[in-house]
Amino acid sequence: MFPRTADQLLFEETTQKFLDAECSLDTVRDLGSTSSGFEAAYWKRGAELGWTSLVVPESAGGGSVSDQGVKDLALVAYQFGMHAAPGPLLGSNVVAAALGRWGSAEQQADTLSALVSGEEIGAWALAENPPNDTLGTIVLRATPTDGGYLLAGSKSPVESGVEAKNFLVTATGDSGLSQFLVPADTPGLRVIRLNSLDMTKRFAHLEFDGVQVLASTLVGQAGSADQAVDWLTDLAVAIQLAEMCGAMRWAFDTTLEWSFNRYSFGRPLASYQEIKHRFADMKMWLEASLAVAAQAADAVDRDTPDRSDIVSAGKFYVGRYGLELLQDCVQMHGGIGITFDHHLHMFLRRVSTDSMLFGTPGQHAARLTDLHAAREVA
Amino acid sequence: MTDVDELESVEDFAARARVWLAANMPRTSDDFGGYKAVSRTDEEELAHISHCRDLQRQLYDGGFAGICVPRPYGGLGLTPEHQLAFNQEIRGYEYPADTQVPTLTPCMSVILEFGTDEQKKAHVPPILKGETFWMQFLSEPSGGSDLAGAQTTAVRDGDAWILNGSKIWTTGAWWADWGLCLARTNWDVPKHRGLSVFMLKINQPGIEVHRIEMLNGSKEFCQEFMTDVVVPHSQLIGQVDEGWGVVVRWMFHERTIAGGSKYVTSPAGRPAVALDPTGGPSALIPMAKKRGILGENRVKEMIGESLAITIVGNALTNRITEEVRTGSVSDQAAAITRLWYGVTAVRNSTICFELPGATAVAWSDDEIEFGKIGQRYLMRQASCIAGGTTEMARNAISERVLGMPSERRVDKDIPFRDVPRSAASR
Repeated sequence: MFPRTADQLLFEETTQKFLDAECSLDTVRDLGSTSSGFEAAYWKRGAELGWTSLVVPESAGGGSVSDQGVKDLALVAYQFGMHAAPGPLLGSNVVAAALGRWGSAEQQADTLSALVSGEEIGAWALAENPPNDTLGTIVLRATPTDGGYLLAGSKSPVESGVEAKNFLVTATGDSGLSQFLVPADTPGLRVIRLNSLDMTKRFAHLEFDGVQVLASTLVGQAGSADQAVDWLTDLAVAIQLAEMCGAMRWAFDTTLEWSFNRYSFGRPLASYQEIKHRFADMKMWLEASLAVAAQAADAVDRDTPDRSDIVSAGKFYVGRYGLELLQDCVQMHGGIGITFDHHLHMFLRRVSTDSMLFGTPGQHAARLTDLHAAREVA
Repeated sequence: MTDVDELESVEDFAARARVWLAANMPRTSDDFGGYKAVSRTDEEELAHISHCRDLQRQLYDGGFAGICVPRPYGGLGLTPEHQLAFNQEIRGYEYPADTQVPTLTPCMSVILEFGTDEQKKAHVPPILKGETFWMQFLSEPSGGSDLAGAQTTAVRDGDAWILNGSKIWTTGAWWADWGLCLARTNWDVPKHRGLSVFMLKINQPGIEVHRIEMLNGSKEFCQEFMTDVVVPHSQLIGQVDEGWGVVVRWMFHERTIAGGSKYVTSPAGRPAVALDPTGGPSALIPMAKKRGILGENRVKEMIGESLAITIVGNALTNRITEEVRTGSVSDQAAAITRLWYGVTAVRNSTICFELPGATAVAWSDDEIEFGKIGQRYLMRQASCIAGGTTEMARNAISERVLGMPSERRVDKDIPFRDVPRSAASR
C-alpha cells in the first residue's frame, strides 16, 4: 500500500500468512451462513498478532509496530480487504482507540484490556436511522439525571451489535457531543438484528427507549466529544479506505489474470482494445485509491491540519471508483461474474458495505465543501 | 578518491536560495507564481513572454537556473533533491511559469540526453539565460497520435539537410526561437527506422507559421509549413535514421511535465494543470455563493467532488513520481498520471459548467465570468487530446504497465513508402 519499514513488512506478512491459512475464501463462504460471521478463537489469535492494540497508546496497554499505529492498522485492513476477511477490525479498533485516549481507569482496566486481548469485541454506535443518517448528524439525546444520564433515540447500523457486550454510543446534549460506554444488557436497550450485504459483517439496530446509564459510563467529559468523534470518524474511514483498496487489488489482479486466460473468437480477452482500455481505467482508479488511502492513514496518524480533507476526498473517491472497479471486474467476467459460486461477489459485498457506512461518497464530498467554506469564512 | 569538489548540502542551498529569493524575486499573491490559464491578447502575450525571459535571466544571474544541468553547460550540476528544495523555496514568488515547458523539458532534456558536447555548449546556456525558447515540431496534420508516421521529409544535401512538410499544434511557435523537429530521412525502411531529429531555427526562410483559431477564440496553437528549409548537419540530434530512440525518451520527458522533471522549476504543490482564471475548484465555492446555491446538497456534492479530485490527483502524482524515482515501477507508469489529468479535467469542466446552469450559455455583461465557463466547457476535451490522447495513454498503461498484448501493427515490417496513409492510397 505504501513503502514500509522492515518491521511493518514483517508484521503485514505475518497477518497475510495467518489470513491465507485461517480464512481461505471457502472459509469466508462457510462463515457467511453463521450467525456471528466469525469465530471467537480466530479473533483472539488475530489480537495476539497485534490487530487490536495498534491505535491504543502504550500508556493504556497498546502499542504499534512502527510508531505510526494508524498506518500499521491500515496494513492489516488492506490484508482484510485482500481476503474479504471476517472480524470486527473497525469496531474493535475505534472503540479501543477511544477508550485508550479518553476512557476512565476502570473502563481501560475492564473493557479496553478485553478488547486488546480479543476477549471482547468493540461496537461503535455512531450512525442513526433515516432521516438522521447523514454523516455528522446525531440526535440520540443524553439528558443529565441524578447519578447519570438518560439516553433516548436509536442507532443503526451498528456492526457486531448483537455480539458486543458494550457499545460506544455517541449522544448529543446542550453543550455538544458526549460518548458513553453502554453495556448491552442495560435495561431499556433493545438490540434488533439486521440483515446485511457483506458475507461476514453483522449489524444491528439499537433502540434506546429511555435508557438510564451511570455517570461512570461517560467516556471523556460530557459535552466535549465533538473533536474526538471527528477524529474517530476519520480513523474509521481510513480503515475503510485501506480495506477497500485491498479488495480492489484482489479483484483487479484476479480479473487481469482472467483476461489473459479467457479466450473468445480465438484470442485472449486481454488482446481486445476495448478490454485493455477498461483495464487502464481500472489501474488508474486503483493507483489513485492506494495513493489517497495511504495519505489518509498518514494524515490521521499524525493528525495533520488537512486530515479530514484528505479522508473525505479519499472516501468520496474510493467509495465511488472502488465500486466502479468491482462492477467492471464483474463485467469483464461476464455471466460467471454474477454467480454465487464465483468469489468476486464477496469482495463486491465488502466494498459496497464500506462505501456506504460512516458517510457515503456524496456525504463526504459535501463535508469537503463544508470544510472549505468554513475556512473561507474564518 | 575523487577530484570533484564537494556538493553544497541541500540545506545550505535551500537557505541560500531563501535569502536570494527574498532579496531579488517579485512576490505573488498566491503560492504558485500566478500559474493560471488566462487568455491574453497578442500584445499581452508578447509582454508576458518577455517578462518570463527576464525572470529566467534573473534566476540565471542569481545562480539558480539549471540546478540539475551539468556545469559545463551553464548549470549548477546539483541533484534532484536540490531542485526539489528550490521548488519549496520559490512558493509565493514569481517564476517563468509559462516557459518551463516545453523549453526546459522535453526540449532541453532531449538535447542534454542526445546532443554532442558541442551542441549542448551551443544550445543549453542560452536556454538557461532565457535567451531562447523552444517548441516541439512533432505532430503533423496527417495524424497526431501516430508519431512514427511522420511525413515531414529531410533529404541530405552536402553538409545540410533540406526539410519539407508541415507540423501542427506547436504552442507559441509565432514567438518562439527554436524547435525540436522530427523528420523522415528514409522512406525505404519500416517507419520506426527512418526517422531523425533536428534542431530547427524557427525564424528562417522557408518556414511559414500560421496561427490556428480554436473554437473558443484562442490562437495559441500554430501550424508550420516548411518549404526547402535548410538545416545544417550539425543540428542533427542523435544519429541519422535513429530518431525513434530519441522520440521515445522525448515522450518520456514530456510525460514528466505533470510532475517529476528534475529540470523544471515549479513551486512545490503546484497543480499539474494550470488553474483556470477563476481559481480552480476552490473558486467554485464563491461562485455558488454568488448564485445563492451553496446550501443545496447537490451543489455541495459537486463542488466536493471537484475538491476531492484535486487532493486525490496530488496524492497519485506524488505516489507515481516517487515510485518511478525509486525504480519500483517503470517510467511507463507516467501514462497513469497523464490519463488522470485528462479524465479529471473533463469531470471538473462538466461540474463547472453545470453549476451556473443557464447563465453559462446566455449571460449579461455583468456575468462575463459565467460566460467564460461556457466557453471553456466547449474546449473540455482538449485535456484528453493535447499532449498525447488519453486513448494512447490507455494503450501505454495496458500494454507497457500491465503487459497486455499489443495492438496488431500493419505498418511495422514494411517500408514506410508502402504503408497506407489514407483511404485513397489503399
